[in-house]
Amino acid sequence: MATLSLRGVRKSYQAGFETIKGIDLDIADREFVVFVGPSGCGKSTLLRMIAGLEDITAGDLLIDGQRVNDVDPSKRGLAMVFQTYALYPHMTVADNMGFALKLAGVSKTERDAKVREAARILQLESYLDRRPKALSGGQRQRVAIGRAIVRQPKVFLFDEPLSNLDAALRGQTRVELLRLHEELAATMIYVTHDQIEAMTMADKIVVLQGGIVEQVGSPMELYNHPANLFVAGFIGSPRMNFLPVTVASGDGAGNGVVALADGNQVAVQMGEALPAPGTPLTLGIRPERLYWDPNGPFAGEGHLVERLGGLTLLHLTLTGGEELVVQTDGNDPVQPHVLVRSAVSPDECHLFGADGQALRRPGHIAQPPARPLPGEAPVVATATA
Amino acid sequence: MRSSPLKTLLTTLLGWIVAFALFFPIFWMVLTSFKTELGAISTPPEVFFRPVITAYQEVQARSNYLHFALNSILISVGGTLVAMLLSIPAAYAMAFHPSHRTRSTLLWMLSTKMLPPVGVLVPIYLLFRTSHLLDSRIGLIGIYALMNLPIVVWMLFTFFREMPKDILEAGRMDGATTWNEVVHLLMPLTLPGMASTALLSLILCWNEAFWSLNLTSSSAAPLTTFIASFSSPEGLFFAKLSAASTLAVAPILVFGWISQRQLVRGLTFGAVK
Repeated sequence: MATLSLRGVRKSYQAGFETIKGIDLDIADREFVVFVGPSGCGKSTLLRMIAGLEDITAGDLLIDGQRVNDVDPSKRGLAMVFQTYALYPHMTVADNMGFALKLAGVSKTERDAKVREAARILQLESYLDRRPKALSGGQRQRVAIGRAIVRQPKVFLFDEPLSNLDAALRGQTRVELLRLHEELAATMIYVTHDQIEAMTMADKIVVLQGGIVEQVGSPMELYNHPANLFVAGFIGSPRMNFLPVTVASGDGAGNGVVALADGNQVAVQMGEALPAPGTPLTLGIRPERLYWDPNGPFAGEGHLVERLGGLTLLHLTLTGGEELVVQTDGNDPVQPHVLVRSAVSPDECHLFGADGQALRRPGHIAQPPARPLPGEAPVVATATA
Repeated sequence: MRSSPLKTLLTTLLGWIVAFALFFPIFWMVLTSFKTELGAISTPPEVFFRPVITAYQEVQARSNYLHFALNSILISVGGTLVAMLLSIPAAYAMAFHPSHRTRSTLLWMLSTKMLPPVGVLVPIYLLFRTSHLLDSRIGLIGIYALMNLPIVVWMLFTFFREMPKDILEAGRMDGATTWNEVVHLLMPLTLPGMASTALLSLILCWNEAFWSLNLTSSSAAPLTTFIASFSSPEGLFFAKLSAASTLAVAPILVFGWISQRQLVRGLTFGAVK
């Protein structure tokens, strides 16, 4: 059982130059939390501060309600899996996994039992006598995880653990990590720059940029209700389309019309009143929400078709000059250099003010129920007529 | 890209010439040590002659080789051990916890090697005399350790810097204290580097002559003093001098031969990893 809280946590390497600019965050027991953001956003630094490998300049780090700012890394009850795996090259797999226990003075029999148990979970039993250099990338990765498991930590920390694996192995390891989270019922904090990893694995995503938290929420919450332009652009693949628009009219209850650069009008439905007519805004539309409509407001000529098999991406240049990506079915016969029109449902539009903050969207978009935490009774779905 | 046979031949030839030029003095010294005193100074020099060991017999009769050799071994090993013990923590601190002064500190340490030793001879001699360290092994061990300290720290610093920081951090997460880090992770992983540093320090100590000649006379005198005792103002007895020199360099030569793989591996550690 472990909860983790950050209270106004800051980090500066030199006076006046902050890399982490005040972060407040609560992580619940057995939660899988992903820190995501572009490189240099401070996500790894934040993880290292939690681990104890970097000092916390200001603020408090609490584990199970205890302030641990000045506690030694090994005494915080955390285990970390490094991006480079950081295995001890001169030790066998078994010694790598048992090193922490050896330092802690655990007897050899007990140590062996724990290492065997971890090896069983990770299917490493036949490699225990090998050195890391005789292992493949995926196996090294598993040893690094095994080294964390044997310590039975309160919280697992992962620093971009999949970035050194090839695409196929990455997908496989992702599934394995989720299975592990289920099996170990442990709190996990995972750092990545890959929004797909964040979306697929997280109970809670923390989007970071420039040392501040842009938004915290479940994957679907971030996808459906991004708080600002940055999160909207970062979460979701292919990326959300952004078009400059001006408000044409609004009814004061969230329904209204915005005008594109070429004058075409798009009906929108928001959860709050639109600003006064004439206000410039940014319209955000996910490529997968656009559909072909001969009367649609988005008129333009395709200049590139990307066929990914299951889906097709058409890159359009609208008559107003903006770029738009439309995602359609894999078998869509669409060709470039043809004038096409597409449309979007009013409640699928996102609007952002000049400050980049999103206008609230209608709340009726169905949220999938939260995944039960490991160890909790699963929610049984009841069929409705 | 393949080089032409002529180019290969020329580089091979050049390699042999350089190697021969480097090796020739040692070869000639060993050769001379097996001549009579008369044969040693004959012109033109004799290359083919009947080898005799009279020079060695005379050297052994005049002084106790083993006594000097023992001093050389004790002082070289002692000086190297002290230098390593002082340098490992220093290099560790500078490699893994550098400050903005680390670079300047290293350069300052190295700059002390640019000072001619004779510049500090008088103060050191007086210090030794006052503290009764003249002609003592302890005194020479101290001087040798200090003499090699900058080079040993520099080399260890370079090897430690090659070590991935992640591994030490993983160790810290696993509960390793600084002592555990050094003993269980740093030392085993930088062993080739440490070994070649120690070897180099050992060789430098063995070959050092300036301080040993000035600070020792008999009881603590190493082999360099032993050689010097055979160059007398009345004229050089080349056969005896060569025999003494051969005896003095033989142990370190054999030692270097045995450890050359380790030495080369350590010195090219970073380059070929």
